[in-house]
Amino acid sequence: MQLTVNGAPASVAGKDTLSVNALLAELKVSDPLYVTVELNGEIVQRPTFDDTLVKDGDTLEFLYFMGGGR
Amino acid sequence: MFSEEQIERYSRHIILKEVGGKGQRKLLDGKVLIIGAGGLGAPIALYLAAAGVGTIGLADADVVDITNLQRQVIHFTPDIGKPKVISAAEKMRAINPDVTVNTYQTWVSAANIASLIADYDFIIDGTDNFAAKFLINDACVLGNKPYSHGGILRFDGQTITIKPKESACYRCIFPNPPPKDAIPTCSQAGVIGVLPGVLGTIQATEAVKYLLGKGDLLTDRLLTYNALRMKFREVSLKRNTGCPVCGDTPTITELRDEVDALNVCDLEKS
Repeated sequence: MQLTVNGAPASVAGKDTLSVNALLAELKVSDPLYVTVELNGEIVQRPTFDDTLVKDGDTLEFLYFMGGGR
Repeated sequence: MFSEEQIERYSRHIILKEVGGKGQRKLLDGKVLIIGAGGLGAPIALYLAAAGVGTIGLADADVVDITNLQRQVIHFTPDIGKPKVISAAEKMRAINPDVTVNTYQTWVSAANIASLIADYDFIIDGTDNFAAKFLINDACVLGNKPYSHGGILRFDGQTITIKPKESACYRCIFPNPPPKDAIPTCSQAGVIGVLPGVLGTIQATEAVKYLLGKGDLLTDRLLTYNALRMKFREVSLKRNTGCPVCGDTPTITELRDEVDALNVCDLEKS
């Protein structure tokens, strides 16, 4: 399936759908425990990461904590 | 209404149709609180003072350290050892004697933040830890104060403006702080010195626009910046109905300190 991840095309070979958690593993997203996932404009609640399915054509944003400032 | 000197000082503002004399008066009547007088706070404080924002509050308990000088451009080498709020206030008053600078040499906490923000129109988060960032969000949402969030690390930065109960807040994106030490701080991971200049200047722009009532604020959009690739991106957001502070069934109804999010160095300092 073809996805748009943080504005760039991404493909996952041999899969039609994946749970958010499986996708995080497949894409080797860093710090999967702390990433916020937005799927097609909606924030995915963390407890539903195993049940929320990502499909071909979806748009995702992975948002990270940034705690600096001084 | 304006002195001769003020007409000259603010002439480049006054000729802008979006500002004019009326807008400059709004800036002079405006009150902005900057929490953190470091990397982000430095350009914010300098530009807001230069712009003639009439009352600027600065909150920070820290003193100037030599490691700050690579990016905190409001502090100079002879200021090492001086409280940051004093060092910053001296520069702001030197830039513009029109400005009243209120200094608060303290860390923000659940006990003091509500009274700190109460007198200000707009709040700016220039802090360097999640305990403060979440506390500022909660205090501004519960106290209905618009504010600008900013975060930086290494070569990356992000910022968003929050209008409580109208636009997505920080907890809509990140419901809870990460555990202590899960995410590195600038002192642990480094930060390129020009980065807070870029992000802080954007935050100051939001404060100026808010006071003027002109343009579009950075609400419901997280602006991310990567200095290495020189890329800006905008991620559209909306309010999260499950947000613990501004959602449909909030679980946070009073201020509390996120003690678990404090880094060891913060605990030692406070």
